[in-house]
Amino acid sequence: MSNAAAAPANPHDAAPLPTLSLVDVACRRGERMLFKGVDLQVRPGHAVWLRGRNGRGKTSLLRLAAGLAPPESGQVLWGATPVRRAEGFTSALVFIGHSNALKDDLTVSEALHFLARLHGRPDDAATLRAALERLGIATRRDAFVRTLSQGQRRRAALARLALEPRATLWILDEPYDALDVDGVQVVNELLQAHLARGGAVLLTSHLAPGDAAPPLAPFDLDAFA
Amino acid sequence: MALAFGAVYLRDLRLALRRRVEALLPVVFFVVAVSLFPLGVGPEPQTLRQIAAGVVWVSALLASMLSVTSLYAGDHADGSLEQMMLSGHSGFEIAAAKAAAHWTITGAPLVLIAPLIGLLLDISAPALWTLLGSLLLGTPILSLLGGLGAALTLGLRSAGVLLILLILPLAIPALIFGAGAVGAVDAGQSASGHFSLLGALAILTALSAPLATSFALHIALE
Repeated sequence: MSNAAAAPANPHDAAPLPTLSLVDVACRRGERMLFKGVDLQVRPGHAVWLRGRNGRGKTSLLRLAAGLAPPESGQVLWGATPVRRAEGFTSALVFIGHSNALKDDLTVSEALHFLARLHGRPDDAATLRAALERLGIATRRDAFVRTLSQGQRRRAALARLALEPRATLWILDEPYDALDVDGVQVVNELLQAHLARGGAVLLTSHLAPGDAAPPLAPFDLDAFA
Repeated sequence: MALAFGAVYLRDLRLALRRRVEALLPVVFFVVAVSLFPLGVGPEPQTLRQIAAGVVWVSALLASMLSVTSLYAGDHADGSLEQMMLSGHSGFEIAAAKAAAHWTITGAPLVLIAPLIGLLLDISAPALWTLLGSLLLGTPILSLLGGLGAALTLGLRSAGVLLILLILPLAIPALIFGAGAVGAVDAGQSASGHFSLLGALAILTALSAPLATSFALHIALE
């Protein structure tokens, strides 16, 4: 917890972010055991980079961590309570999965507005616009999502990260996917700022995040098959 | 907490507005299905009047079921459903908002167009009012049950057929009391008993279906 104390004081939440811990977690998909005996902690101010071969269960682990699914055995804890019952866990969580959760028939700003409102984040026009500007797609904010390229969609989805004023837990599935060099740079800056204010990150990426990335603690899932 | 309800409800209405033709299809289906009956049964006004309430109700039921199959499929495919379930709002609220939006998009137009259908089938004025009332109470039940079916069959192949097999039996009481109300008025009796039962069904479904839908959605996401 020492990192939370070192992080700048935040008026929005005085209490430091609880630690997300996976304790002896196993995951099964049908007949196949994807991984077992996983012990992992995501502490405030730290970022964990989940690695593993294709089909090793990286996405499944993220879904367990987000409380979308219960583990086969073991526990996923938020502080000391299981995530699926923890008070305040969902309001402290930003989960951006492999799919972007943007509706094709909405404009970019409408889609972002819906997600911000749903999750109780700031949703006024100026904030949304600033977030889209941060990700470099403010010029396309009135375009329908279906007209965007994959990379632009990813940027629109990641604009949610730029809406975050507080230290929260980010669970990101392949955030760098489909992004160009400039997009990767922006995401790295957002991650950096997030870690500096005491936020926590758990992400997967099949590419090495590069030199400009914030310090990421690698966690290899291959060892737990 | 009404926030998520409003957000989901308004978003679904907006999406329907962007896909107007698609949103109108159930209503078109309803009109076409009803207008087939005079062709099949024969244009005897007496016969038509007798079967009118049943025809309208069965067509409304099928129109609701056909349109509800994709209620959660799109949100499931593009990750929106995950986001809704992770938003901290209760699944009950999300399910209720989705069902309410479905009713506004398909149920309400069915109720509005029913008088026209009534003219087509030569229904008397008091019977027509009763039919309107019974549809107004009954179509929300169909949307709520349909939402449950859509959640239960989420991600399955041939979800549409399965949904109809699962949900139609549950919708039979609404069909019986809804059509029965019109029959009672036609026979010169009061329809209040039918309306009371239909109202009770609507309340029961409104309280239980979103809860069951919420559980089904959580299971579908695991």
